[in-house]
Amino acid sequence: MNGPGSIRKRLFIQLALVAAVLSLAFFLVVRGVAERAAERTQDDILSASATAIADSLRSEDGHVTLDLPYSALSMLGSINEDRVFYRVVSQGKTLTGYPDLPQPDVPPRLGAPGVETLTYRGDEIRAVSVTRPVGTGANATLVVVTVAQTRQGLAAISRQITATATGIGAGFFLLATALSLWAAGSALAPITRITGSVTRRGPTDLRPVQANAPDELVPLINALNSFMSRLRSSLSRTEDFITEAAHRVRTPLATVRAQAEITHRKLNKPEHKQAIREMIRAIDESSRSAGQMLDHAMVTFRADSLAQDALDLRAIMAETCDRLGPTADLKDIAIRREIGTEPVAFTGDGILLQAALQNILDNAIKYSPDDSDITARVAIYDNITLSFTDQGRGFGETDLSDLTTRYTRGANVGDIVGSGLGLTIADEVAKAHGGRLDISPNKNGAGACVSLIFPRA
Amino acid sequence: MRFLLIEDNPKLAGVVVERLQLDGHAVDHAGTLSDATDLTAVADYDLILLDIMLPDGDGRDFLERQRQAEKRTPVIVITARSAVSDRVGLLDLGADDYIVKPFDFSELEARVRAVLRRQGGAADNTLTFAGTTLDSTKGELRFDGQVIALRNRELRLLEVFFAAPGHVFSKTHLIDRLFSLSDEASENAIEVYVGRLRKRLEGSGARIETVRGLGYRMVAR
Repeated sequence: MNGPGSIRKRLFIQLALVAAVLSLAFFLVVRGVAERAAERTQDDILSASATAIADSLRSEDGHVTLDLPYSALSMLGSINEDRVFYRVVSQGKTLTGYPDLPQPDVPPRLGAPGVETLTYRGDEIRAVSVTRPVGTGANATLVVVTVAQTRQGLAAISRQITATATGIGAGFFLLATALSLWAAGSALAPITRITGSVTRRGPTDLRPVQANAPDELVPLINALNSFMSRLRSSLSRTEDFITEAAHRVRTPLATVRAQAEITHRKLNKPEHKQAIREMIRAIDESSRSAGQMLDHAMVTFRADSLAQDALDLRAIMAETCDRLGPTADLKDIAIRREIGTEPVAFTGDGILLQAALQNILDNAIKYSPDDSDITARVAIYDNITLSFTDQGRGFGETDLSDLTTRYTRGANVGDIVGSGLGLTIADEVAKAHGGRLDISPNKNGAGACVSLIFPRA
Repeated sequence: MRFLLIEDNPKLAGVVVERLQLDGHAVDHAGTLSDATDLTAVADYDLILLDIMLPDGDGRDFLERQRQAEKRTPVIVITARSAVSDRVGLLDLGADDYIVKPFDFSELEARVRAVLRRQGGAADNTLTFAGTTLDSTKGELRFDGQVIALRNRELRLLEVFFAAPGHVFSKTHLIDRLFSLSDEASENAIEVYVGRLRKRLEGSGARIETVRGLGYRMVAR
């Protein structure tokens, strides 16, 4: 019972066991008391009957005579179909009744009837014996009167009592079990409530839990809150570090790049210009890779506990096209929008979706030739498809399923700067939202079509 | 155009100013937020280039104060942080766009142009030669009541010619202006674009002339 498992189940089983023990005890007590009461009633009637017979004993001329009162036996007969036996013995001689009806070896004391349970003629009987002196003075003889009755009536009553007690016991058990189920549930309700309020949080919500918790849960909540505050400060330290590091690395890089551009303008010899170009490409490559690695780390972090924001996929698509429009413009690439006018409702993490779409479009621009078109499309059929179709070099002979593997790039990328993380980011974002990334050749000519496909909400 | 550059690193600021001046823009430089506040109080800028991490505060605070004071001067943030999540907040604060360090000047130019175009072309950014007007912000060529929309590279090439009519530009110089430095470009590409420009200029007062062995220049027809 000490191992892990469900507290609710354990609590319920323990309460149910207690209920079972109590029900059993209740059953035994009720049956015991009731049976003793029934037995006592029979004993009282038997001893009343024996006393009545004893009362009608007379001494005549030294002989003991008996005028058996009818009522003495009729009061017994009324109980049930039980048979009644009697025997009156005076000085070892049976005066009347069944001579073989056993009598106690030692006659009971005066005024205190002796009670026994015996077997007589194959039946269990209850026998009450009364000792009565008949006559006066020294002539008095001790007469023992025994009245017995079979116990079928008592057994019937006992069965009835047992049945009733069983019924009550079972009812009590069922009721107690149901109550313990409810009690276990209601005792654990605060835990369920707090769990729910923590689970529903977004990935970046590290505010303390403000639940109205019962006293027993307060230490747990405090521990949770102190953990969250440590996590928050650790995250903010990491964030500060990344910001500071990015600033310190990228600012000099920007200086170098700008200086290189100016120098490039002023130089005349082609081989010098070529050298500067190489330098600028290296700077661009490192900056791009760093950016994608940060994006990838963010995707991994946020995908763990996905935010459930109400989003408009069409707006995110339009924003992505706006953002990368100037970049495409530099190569005279036109981004054609076939994204409709109606909002496309979707639940998910807007930042992740934006990162995925930006990486796909950025890739498309990078691999597209000058003066070409990229089509951004939002299509809604059985699912929602966000796609970018370019007129670039496509993915050649590359195994398309490999492209979503980290740092894997197409077989025909040539000398274009890239890290191979862009499609991995898009793929992970798609999967986190229950969708998938699809890469196919452009149906209308050269190039590729990269799509994010999501189930409809 | 008149730019305000808010950047605390003197070396980076120096080269950015130099590079923008090469393109014929006037640039003021502020190394701190308080300098920037003083400058914006006395001068009108067409555009502000804003770094985030500054010695006397966060560039985002400056941006917020600008927007609260109803100053609509477009702001392009120059950020060292590249993750999407970092950039979203900037746009919410009222930045018009952002560019990640290290950046390509032609991309910065393209973004400046896009931002100004979105603003409705408040900045007068036109050059006129021989009755032909080039509107850089709108990306248009106007003559004889005609308006001709230009693609980005046509526009950039025309800007070079309009800045110095009659001046001969070598193919190499034009290639440098036209292609990003991380692109490979051949000298033939220039012939293609010059061919296009000639088509665009048909019927106007200007034309582009080949100077054998030297390059091209724009002259009046």
